[in-house]
Amino acid sequence: MLEAVARTRDALMGAGGVEEALRGLRAERGQESASKMSVIGLDLHYGSFHVLKDVSLDFPERQVTALIGPSGCGKSTLLKTLDRMNDLVPDCRVEGLVTLDGQNAYEDIPVNSLRRRVGMVFQQPNPFPMSIYDNVAFGPRTHGVQDRAQLDGIVEQSLRDAAMWDEVKDRLRKSALGLSGGQQQRLCIARALAVKPEVLLLDESTSALDPISTAKIEELVGELKRSYTVIMVTHNMLQALRVSDKTAFFLLGEMVEAGPTEDIFTEPVDPRTADYVAGRFG
Amino acid sequence: MSSKVLRGLVYAGATITALILVGLVAFILVKGVPYLTPSLFAWEYTSENVSLMPALISTFLMAALALLLAVPTGIASAIYLVEYASETSRFVRLVRVTTETLQGIPSIIYGLFGLLFFTTLLGWGMSLLSGAFTLAVMVLPVIMRTTEEALLAVPRSYREGGFALGAGRVRTVFRCVLPSAAPGILGGALLALGRCVGEVAALLFTAGTVAQVPDFASQGVFALFDSCRTLAEHMYVLASEGLHVGEAYATAVVLLVVVMLLNVGTNAAVGRLNGRTKGDA
Ligand SMILES: Nc1ncnc2c1ncn2[C@@H]1O[C@H](COP(=O)(O)OP(=O)(O)O)[C@@H](O)[C@H]1O
Ligand SMILES: [Mg+2]
Repeated sequence: MLEAVARTRDALMGAGGVEEALRGLRAERGQESASKMSVIGLDLHYGSFHVLKDVSLDFPERQVTALIGPSGCGKSTLLKTLDRMNDLVPDCRVEGLVTLDGQNAYEDIPVNSLRRRVGMVFQQPNPFPMSIYDNVAFGPRTHGVQDRAQLDGIVEQSLRDAAMWDEVKDRLRKSALGLSGGQQQRLCIARALAVKPEVLLLDESTSALDPISTAKIEELVGELKRSYTVIMVTHNMLQALRVSDKTAFFLLGEMVEAGPTEDIFTEPVDPRTADYVAGRFG
Repeated sequence: MSSKVLRGLVYAGATITALILVGLVAFILVKGVPYLTPSLFAWEYTSENVSLMPALISTFLMAALALLLAVPTGIASAIYLVEYASETSRFVRLVRVTTETLQGIPSIIYGLFGLLFFTTLLGWGMSLLSGAFTLAVMVLPVIMRTTEEALLAVPRSYREGGFALGAGRVRTVFRCVLPSAAPGILGGALLALGRCVGEVAALLFTAGTVAQVPDFASQGVFALFDSCRTLAEHMYVLASEGLHVGEAYATAVVLLVVVMLLNVGTNAAVGRLNGRTKGDA
């Protein structure tokens, strides 16, 4: 594994480019399914604090990948490297490779276009202080959609995809801050979907919600993976088990183990994973 | 026992404050209202009618011009400091310390600066322009500080939400951050307006005390170089001459009403802004 990473780095240094390096890496692992995003040999520092240590992980297309691990192990940090939200942290240093469709996410793709293609929903719902309609239309407008009819269509479709059109269709002009917490979070999902992303990042997006809203969002994620690649951080083992196809377990900035969710929960290879999923620490 | 004493003190304090305020207003009204004659509102000032009309109009001109200069500059600087500059930069810290210090400086110092700089060095003389620039310099720190505070109070999550959708910094600041800071910024502008309307010391030697409205009709922009007096100055001059103390009180009544109307108006505007952003559902 480490050799593979080293070889990937070498290939990158050479003329082959990212695509070839990735092909090499996949061949090495005997992997078939296409990865939508990958991180390879990722090291991240906040100042002198080494937060992510040599993390390599693939995120398969149109699947749900769950990131689990105790608080502070770097799950959110990893998510934020995927859409470069870490750029906003003044002394954050990222080394290694992050790819989207085989392109280097930090060099080949302009940051605003990366963030359009990789959407993010935060732990706390953060609707803008504007109307429900304007919240959803914010992204499309940012990326140049001005036509009224087209915007109307996008707003309706996004709210339908987020399973809340019927709840809000009569109050689109009302402030989004008047919605309940669960509705606000689904609005944030709709807002993220409105720019037609390819990848959706969810950072403990149900942890602030009641069980009914949580169930709705879990169901939604199940629907969304038909068209999107979903990467979610969760503290809830059952949630990971219910909705994810792949699970990666993190501990103190290292990725301990990753694989099909069933395997991680039923026959983990690493004893630390076994302890964590059995609830023995965390 | 001691909590009863404390509560007594709190009530006493509140009562005394209320009494002083009510007493002050009542005193001004009693002394001033009888002198609110039509001649006090004559278009032309003469030494007999001591009309406050030119001063009233000049007050609006002066305050509007000062805010026109200070509000955009102050808001832009605050946006730069909060949204663009790095928090740890020495320049930012220097600017913060400077604005804080400038806020506490007596207005007579600004008047002296205006006299030396705008009136004398730039040769603008005692004029509407010199006065307005002096006031602008005086209220700039107020506007900067209140805008900064309003921006800092906007949750980080709004900015993150904007960036995460691929919006650039300009769009994020103007569409996600500024609308929720607007009530606070407007509050700061009102505070600045209040200081402009009530200011005397900074204007005596920069705007002068000529009791005429700058004559834009016949002089065009050059009227900016006309000297004029604001209501507060009018009151000060009448009171210090000692010949028209009753009219000085009447002017105080008008000043009180103007400030009150401005307050009501701005509160309504802030309320409407809040209603728009904070939601009504
Ligand atoms: N902006 C930051 N500056 C410095 N340290 C940070 C920052 N954000 C997170 N950290 C630290 O990095 C570690 C990983 O944080 P995080 O990725 O949020 O963990 P998780 O999401 O797994 O709970 C934590 O120890 C946290 O304190
Ligand atoms: Mg986290």
